[in-house]
Amino acid sequence: MVEIRFHGRGGQGAVKGSDILAVAAFHEGKEVQAFPFFGVERRGAPVTAFTRISNEEIRIHCYIYDPDVLVILDPTLICAVPLSDGLKENGKIIINSMKEPSEFSFPDAKNPHVYTADCSSIAMKFGLGTQESPIINTTILGAVAKATGLVKIESVVKAIRERIPTRTEPNAQAAIEAFEQLHV
Amino acid sequence: MKKVLTGNFAAAYGATAAKVNVISAYPITPQTTIVEILSEIVADGELNAEFVKVESEHSALACCIGAQATGARTFTATSSQGLALMHELIHWAARARLPIIMVNVNRAMAPGWSIWADATDSISQRDTGWIQMYCENNQEVFDTVLMSYKISESESVMLPALINLDAFFLSHTSQVVDLYNEARIDQFLSKYDPKIKLDVDDPHAFGALTSPEHYYEFSYKMHEAQINAIRVIKEVGQEFGKIFGRTYDLTESYRCDDAELILVSYGTIAGTAKEAVDQMRNSGIVVGVLKIRYFRPFPTEDVIKALHPAKKVGVIDRAVSYGQSGPFFNEIRSTLYHESTPLYGFIAGLGGRDVSTHDIENMVDIMQNDPAQDLIWIGVKNVD
Amino acid sequence: MGKKQKNDQPVEFKSIKDMPDTPTSVGSMLVNKTSTWRSIRPVIIDEKCKRCMICWKYCPEPAIHPTDPPSVDYNYCKGCGICYEECPFDAIIIEQEGK
Ligand code: SF4
Ligand code: SF4
Repeated sequence: MVEIRFHGRGGQGAVKGSDILAVAAFHEGKEVQAFPFFGVERRGAPVTAFTRISNEEIRIHCYIYDPDVLVILDPTLICAVPLSDGLKENGKIIINSMKEPSEFSFPDAKNPHVYTADCSSIAMKFGLGTQESPIINTTILGAVAKATGLVKIESVVKAIRERIPTRTEPNAQAAIEAFEQLHV
Repeated sequence: MKKVLTGNFAAAYGATAAKVNVISAYPITPQTTIVEILSEIVADGELNAEFVKVESEHSALACCIGAQATGARTFTATSSQGLALMHELIHWAARARLPIIMVNVNRAMAPGWSIWADATDSISQRDTGWIQMYCENNQEVFDTVLMSYKISESESVMLPALINLDAFFLSHTSQVVDLYNEARIDQFLSKYDPKIKLDVDDPHAFGALTSPEHYYEFSYKMHEAQINAIRVIKEVGQEFGKIFGRTYDLTESYRCDDAELILVSYGTIAGTAKEAVDQMRNSGIVVGVLKIRYFRPFPTEDVIKALHPAKKVGVIDRAVSYGQSGPFFNEIRSTLYHESTPLYGFIAGLGGRDVSTHDIENMVDIMQNDPAQDLIWIGVKNVD
Repeated sequence: MGKKQKNDQPVEFKSIKDMPDTPTSVGSMLVNKTSTWRSIRPVIIDEKCKRCMICWKYCPEPAIHPTDPPSVDYNYCKGCGICYEECPFDAIIIEQEGK
């Protein structure tokens, strides 16, 4: 079982992102689970969401404390919350940022593999959200697919088409662009 | 057909698959999406049902009672404060022997205002005569809604049923759910056709004054129907298994046969406990889980059989019967009255507090090292 | 208006199995005749009655059958006098019971 934890802020779409990733894995025949950390939703407030992907039935129903993968939609959260707490050894961290991976340090994590993708710019290019608050959940899933190899980009696109009823194609294209831009 | 769905969608699709005739419900977090999706399904003409908008939960159940009395199949859903507001009519629906199916998203009672998981709301409806059950996952939600119509509408039962799912841990969690195909569902669940109903061509008065001469016997018959439900739940669970490949019972034993320690629980905690059991077995602790699906009727005999081999039994409750102990713990203790098994009553996860595999390992640790205790608060903070 | 019930025969259940699951008119109310509550008795005067059926609408029991003219079911009429009050044509008179 692979456990993925998403960190974002209200309005960025972390919860929907965790759901789309689950649907993508489902299309590859996996058992999946996706759920939010159930806060009272406010724009800008820190939001956590979870995805589990497994070959077997998923019976566990608690939060994810020791993730294999961290997806950080807003890099300003890195100072605000101890995000990498519990990340498994050699775990992967995907950050929405223009910076280079080497510019981030996670002292709590053992040998983390850090990836960055400028998802905000890509999302803006495809008109997702506004300049102040781009909606980057679908975009970053392209980067997640590339960095982790958990799901194929085709499955991500299929899941976006299923779960995003409006502006579907720009969302799908943004994910593909992030997938292509990320270097592993 | 398989889909990735939240527990709330699974509940709504269950009612749709059962081809209910009348739906009446009032929105409340975290149940709201059940009402939303059903109103869409009805508006889109995918389900030929009457969707009755009401001004309160009390009216929602009143509406279902009236509709069900005419021979319609009905569905409603609520949560917490909404369930409490229905209370008067919850008794009424059961004593009128109307097999209404209600989904309750288990949410804590206020104050403090909480939208998070806690079973106190449904446990408070214990003695109303409703069949009451708890779901572990979204597939079980869908399957149970379907099975419940068949169980409740059985001539020897004719009681309403309350299906509970944990707030957010199921209601807002996406999982893979098999929705089967319509033809097979229709083969499993036939039309509702009660013996007596409101019918202008054959008039009857309902719910009239009942003197001490008869009231007692009606109560006797309610209990008899609950006991009959034990057999019917088993039969329907078997039949469901033959058609859809998933067999259900009142309880589910997980690695209990050789277990020295058995944890008893319900809802999503039972699922997390299964995961924890696998981990603990890998490190040599011989532990199992008994998941209780039905709180009413209570599966006394099955519980005695399943727990008999255990050296120690722990019960995990996401609810408290204040001034006593955990409500499921009370049931287990009275069920095991004739056994000398040491019992541990754990309270965990109140008001949506997460219950992790680590918490469950902690409980097993207490069972291994400490003397038996009726009330152990897991994770309570700052108690001197 | 559908089937007539055999209202004058009290129901006795030989077995609890024959009893309905919930109080319905085939059960308790056939036994539970409320006529004994009555101290006054409404009587409809055919010649004065205009068949407006207001008495039938207002009777809370309902113990007035919509026949022609309307008839009071004295098994269940509890003597509240509402029909007498409401009849716009004074077609209902009140007699004392037990006289
Ligand atoms: S007296 Fe009252 S109960 Fe009797 S027929 Fe008139 S309205 Fe009905
Ligand atoms: S209210 Fe008076 S006039 Fe009208 S139907 Fe009844 S008895 Fe006749």
